Amino acid sequence: MNAALLIIGFFFLAALVLGVLARAGRDMNLEQWTVGGRGLGSVFVFLLLAGEIYTTFTFLGGSSWAYGKGGPALFIIAYGTLAYVMSYWLLPPIWRYAKAHGLVSQSDFFAAKYSSPYLGVLVGVVGIVAMIPYLVLQFKGLKLIVETTSYGAISGSAAVWIGAGVITLYVMASGLRGSAWTAALKDLMILGVVVFLGIYLPLHYHGGFEQMFGAIDHAKPGFLKLPAHGNSPVWFASTVCLTMLGFYMWPHTFGSAYSARNERVFRKNAIWLPLYQLVLLFVFFVGFAAIGEIPHLANNDLALLQISLQTFPPWVLGLIGAAGLLAALVPGAMLMMATATLAARNIYQALRKSTTDDQVASLAKWLVPAVALVAIYFTFAGGKGIVALLLMAYSFVTQLFPSLLLSLFPNHIGTKQGAAAGIVAGMGAVAWLTLAPAHAGRIATLFPPALHDLNPGIAALILNVVVLLAVSLATRAVRKRALRQSLAG
Amino acid sequence: MRRVWLLALIPFIALVGGAFFANRVEPYVLGLPFFMFWIVLWVVLSSLVMAIVYRLDPRNRAPDR
Repeated sequence: MNAALLIIGFFFLAALVLGVLARAGRDMNLEQWTVGGRGLGSVFVFLLLAGEIYTTFTFLGGSSWAYGKGGPALFIIAYGTLAYVMSYWLLPPIWRYAKAHGLVSQSDFFAAKYSSPYLGVLVGVVGIVAMIPYLVLQFKGLKLIVETTSYGAISGSAAVWIGAGVITLYVMASGLRGSAWTAALKDLMILGVVVFLGIYLPLHYHGGFEQMFGAIDHAKPGFLKLPAHGNSPVWFASTVCLTMLGFYMWPHTFGSAYSARNERVFRKNAIWLPLYQLVLLFVFFVGFAAIGEIPHLANNDLALLQISLQTFPPWVLGLIGAAGLLAALVPGAMLMMATATLAARNIYQALRKSTTDDQVASLAKWLVPAVALVAIYFTFAGGKGIVALLLMAYSFVTQLFPSLLLSLFPNHIGTKQGAAAGIVAGMGAVAWLTLAPAHAGRIATLFPPALHDLNPGIAALILNVVVLLAVSLATRAVRKRALRQSLAG
Repeated sequence: MRRVWLLALIPFIALVGGAFFANRVEPYVLGLPFFMFWIVLWVVLSSLVMAIVYRLDPRNRAPDR
């Protein structure tokens, strides 16, 4: 047992205790468990929304992209900022409608807006399909962190099992309020660790930021900006637009938008959340600092951990590991809770109407370990880097955006058939493009050469919008004619 | 639609469009390569823009519940 492991173990227990204490004095019905009884103020909602994005993705994925790709990594800061700007107008109407109708999940929203429980089932399935890769990503991060910081004493697979066990326990015990409290602890840790590393490493190895970037630019000319091909400006612009629209379409993010006390909470948070994005800058500095010291890593996701291992004594590594651990635990918990609630309420209950709300609440709780098992399976089975996994899941949830946006307009023309057809077409296109990258190349040739690097998800989204509008108009026309005929007859 | 809301378009133009017109390594500003500096600058300015939008939006003036 080294110092690093002791520290990590301590934070592990602290997270568990905090999570369980958070339920104190509250009766945990479904609404309390999933949306904190809709009583959370600015600070808690801020922590939840911020807590969801500061995941192992931030920690390992951000530094991995800075280390391996350079300039293109900045897309992460850009899309997050724009998503927050957008939230000023997007979240209040969602919150109002959800409160008026007592909704607890994202798929409730679609089911209610389009008056179709089956559309809710479809949206639930999309959400689950997208959240599993996101959860896998947290487990993968957990695995790398514990493997490295225990200096190989704990195997990665043991780490995944223990981590998943803890998350499961605490989600079952405390629901959303547990996450908000642990999110506070996590954000404090991440902030401290990331800012420290991001300042210390460039100064320690290069004597300053400009010297560090100068050395990188000298060794790899053009690495610090967007390249002319591949992750080019066209790729950057299209990916920022796509991920920005997908940002709030994650079922767990959508769900925490329900937890606010009033709608002004969101407008206030739209001011402060962009600044919070700057934490990522320090994550990037760590990745950039690693370029000169540990070139040729086999796995770019290890950039932050390896450079820390090489630079610091075990106890510092322990603190870094603990921050990383919390970064996997908190979002992992929210993801598991959202997945289980979706499956219980929006799939099981929607299909078996006789299920009572109490049964749904207990089913959701007992589905949590099942969800964990599925994610563990994919953690051990899958390939792909952390950012690549996230980008794929992102293009899935983004397919929900067009029908959501349409439904927010008064007297909108969308129909449930249109929404379902649009989502299915978009998802199909994403799957087709992801499973066979050659297809993406062929799609690209349809665009003029200047647009070849366009994110293929854009094509899927355009298809989605066209199908949504066409099918909606067609079903309206059919319904109108049927109505006229029945009146005439 | 209020005219002040158009302010919120500026961050979109700066951050998405910046990929085309600010994609340079030099000059370094505050030790950062120019493109990185540009993105950071606009994160900060986006926050400022949203603060202005918030202040000018009459919906935020009613007393908090």
